[in-house]
Amino acid sequence: MSSITKKDEVMEAYTEALERLDAPKGRSLGQDALRRLIANKAALVSIIVLGVIIVAALIGPHLTPWDVAKVDWGSIRKPPDFAKGHFLGTDQNGRDLLARLFQGTQMSLMVAGVATVVSVVIGITYGAVAGYFGGRIDAMMMRFVDVMYALPYMLFVIILVVVFGRSPILLFVGIGALEWLTMARIVRGQTLTLKEKEFIEAARAGGAKPFTIIMRHIVPNLTGPVVIYATLTVPEIIITESFLSYLGLGVQEPLTSLGTLISNGAAVAEALPWLLISPAIVLVSMLLCLTYIGDGLRDALDPKDR
Amino acid sequence: MTAQTPMLDVQNVTKVFGIATGFMRKPLTLTALSDISFQVNEGETLGIVGESGCGKSTLGRCILQLLTPEEGKVLWLGQDLTTLKPDEMRKHRRDLQIIFQDPLASLNPRMTVGGIIEDPLRTLMPEMSQKQRRAKVIEMMEAVGLLPEMINRYPHEFSGGQAQRIGIARALITEPKLIVCDEPVSALDVSIQAQILNLLSELRDRFNLTLIFISHDLSVVRHVSDRIVVLYLGRMIEYAPRDELYNDPKHPYTRALLTAVPVPDPKLARQRKITELRGEIPSPINPPSGCAFRSRCPYAIPVCAEKRPEIESSGELRSVACHRWREIEVEPVATGG
Amino acid sequence: MANVLEVENLDVTFSLHDGEVHAVRELSFVLGEGETLAVVGESGSGKSQAFLAMMGLLARNGRATGKAKLAGTDLLALSSSELDKHRGLDIAMIFQDPMTSLNPSLKIGKQLSEVLVRHRHMSEADSAKRAIEMLDRVGIPEASRRASSYPHELSGGMRQRVMIAMALLCEPKVLIADEPTTALDVTVQAQMLDLFKTLTADFGTALVIITHDLGVVAGLADRMMVMYAGRAVEAGGVDDLFYDPKHPYTFGLLHSTPHVETSGQRLSPIDGLPPSLEHLPTGCAFHPRCAFAMPECRKERPKLTDRGPKRSAACFYEGTLSEKEAAQ
Repeated sequence: MSSITKKDEVMEAYTEALERLDAPKGRSLGQDALRRLIANKAALVSIIVLGVIIVAALIGPHLTPWDVAKVDWGSIRKPPDFAKGHFLGTDQNGRDLLARLFQGTQMSLMVAGVATVVSVVIGITYGAVAGYFGGRIDAMMMRFVDVMYALPYMLFVIILVVVFGRSPILLFVGIGALEWLTMARIVRGQTLTLKEKEFIEAARAGGAKPFTIIMRHIVPNLTGPVVIYATLTVPEIIITESFLSYLGLGVQEPLTSLGTLISNGAAVAEALPWLLISPAIVLVSMLLCLTYIGDGLRDALDPKDR
Repeated sequence: MTAQTPMLDVQNVTKVFGIATGFMRKPLTLTALSDISFQVNEGETLGIVGESGCGKSTLGRCILQLLTPEEGKVLWLGQDLTTLKPDEMRKHRRDLQIIFQDPLASLNPRMTVGGIIEDPLRTLMPEMSQKQRRAKVIEMMEAVGLLPEMINRYPHEFSGGQAQRIGIARALITEPKLIVCDEPVSALDVSIQAQILNLLSELRDRFNLTLIFISHDLSVVRHVSDRIVVLYLGRMIEYAPRDELYNDPKHPYTRALLTAVPVPDPKLARQRKITELRGEIPSPINPPSGCAFRSRCPYAIPVCAEKRPEIESSGELRSVACHRWREIEVEPVATGG
Repeated sequence: MANVLEVENLDVTFSLHDGEVHAVRELSFVLGEGETLAVVGESGSGKSQAFLAMMGLLARNGRATGKAKLAGTDLLALSSSELDKHRGLDIAMIFQDPMTSLNPSLKIGKQLSEVLVRHRHMSEADSAKRAIEMLDRVGIPEASRRASSYPHELSGGMRQRVMIAMALLCEPKVLIADEPTTALDVTVQAQMLDLFKTLTADFGTALVIITHDLGVVAGLADRMMVMYAGRAVEAGGVDDLFYDPKHPYTFGLLHSTPHVETSGQRLSPIDGLPPSLEHLPTGCAFHPRCAFAMPECRKERPKLTDRGPKRSAACFYEGTLSEKEAAQ
């Protein structure tokens, strides 16, 4: 290494000076996309609304006058009554609906969050490896995904319930285990396209090992489709969780989720409409917001800006 | 290494691609390169020229072992690269680098310029500290004419010409001995092309580089090369020092190619007699039998369809692959010369 | 010789979300019958946009003002449906990438005959026959068989020939070719340029060839117009501009092109980068890169003035343009 000579010291000194010069930060693609997203009115409103819902779900329980488990014997099956502090009414057991709603929303968000993270992590790793290596490895890995896809989902969940008993953890695993399949497919598709790009060849010419290439060059360029897909499947996850809970396979009493609340409310909708309306509004709002955000992200991340 | 031993010695390289045609059907074979041999001496610039389907880009990648040839050897400083395992090959990557055609596609859109340029250092010279790497990056940026303040910017904030400079800086940072330039100026505006060509010449002289310059543009190739290889459908059809190739081409395709290049000089353009070729370049999947060029050659005779011409010496340091090169009276080209 | 196309003060503007961009400014020129005019420029020069505007093919956020008279009729003043009547019939345009210009799901013979049925009101049978004749004329072997092919079955050069056939079917007065050979191999390009020469001579069509390749210009054009940052900076006969350019940009382009005499030597490239249309320099748009720039070039923009019979240039510098002068 003939270059690491005295010149090196001179260059180091220069580098110090340059640091003080404060080379301006470039405008990354991520920042560009963020700007575009915020410019999208529908997405911006959705982000705010969703933010409000999330914050409310987190701090709400500390602010309600009524505790989630507390039974108000004097107000069973009562519609909203501000005087008594039951802003959204009470359910058949005398529990405050607002408190239950906060808890239910928390649960749904948690399930959605964890399941998404699980599916993203597994999906990206699996898909990027299959896509990059191609050939037989890819074929094998993707056949496995195809087989998994073909398995009846309900059967799988029921087996899990039977083996592990009912618990929220089961939900995370069960749903995450389904979602990663589609994520893997999407990531693999993107990887196949990226693999052909010249900057990947440049990395190979620079001696980078396959693992380095996948982590440093391919994965960072996957964020677009992954983020979009993740945002658009969170609604799906929430609905799936609701469905499972409705069937009795998911969250069980005394814990609750939006799905459980809705299924309870639907059963007595004629007599006690308020039990259905509030959770339904929250669920629908969240789903709409997520959909708009997903759409906005897709537009914002579209590299057509050049 | 004496002055006589070539730095790079490519011997009988053949590269074949299989193209899937369907579930139960046999895949088609595309012979991208067939029996290519040439040598490059230290400090030389070898031009590789040809039209689409000739395999020039594939050849560049085979030299760097980004693609592995099915047959043949690539001897670098005496060692056959085709037999090396990836780890062993990695040791040589410091000395062998590449510049790509599409400047923006060759840069990772998510990395800063500094990150892109120092990437090869991180892999190939892990003993360097971050500070040392940064210093080298700045040195390279200045060498290629980029302002060091741009070090944190992203590729999409640059024009094509500047992006190509980034690519060049990345190729130079490990102080390579040989650089394959794969159509480095084809995607650039005319005025920027000239800047980059000058830059490459300067850097070649300054760092004593050996270049392999791949292009379809004959005027550009002529401008930078010492010797030139002409490819057609994956076969080497002529190989000669620059002036001899342009003034006295022996192969009918070379001559046709030279006259086809539009020359920016109206009077000469009017005088020129173009050998017009019939038809178009055949598909490399199904090349003509015998000599690949015979379907368009004005001098073709029956033997050209039966037997593929071998490459043979046609003078000092030059060779040609044609059955009739001795007999054909190839008129001197009225301008390419 | 009558003028078949007269353009006066053509302006093309695009509205972007953060303002307007002038792609073409105050462009004026004439095209004589049967003449071949080359329009030369690099990216951002506006050379394509000017002609897209005349053909009514601008993007939705584009607007054109000025006049573009085709045999007396101002194309820019016509409505879309009126313009339809002229497009393809009197004035035609072909583009760089024939694949995107041809309908992939129609046989090429059909695409050609469609044009005739529509514009010339020919019968199906007659137009099919004429289509085959035209395919033959442009050098497609076995034309009658090829007429039943789809675009993807043809090579790039063949497709471009089909485009030329389609453009010339109605024998338009003006044919505009936007970088028609840039995507083609050199040997195929040579055939194509030859074809242009023959056909325009046979049909008497005036040809506008938009290109950045000076070699193509030298081999094909009678006159040329050099554009920079949306304006014409020099225009005149091809010989005049090549051997005695009056504008430093033209001079710079000629000396940036690798050429017979320059092999082995350094090229004299034009320093700097083409300007961004949103932030044009004051005065003359070229002055920051100009080796002959003078103080007034920054203050005022030079107008196109006559520099001899049938030639003009927009530059304040009156001295000789040469390497030596540039070095000062």
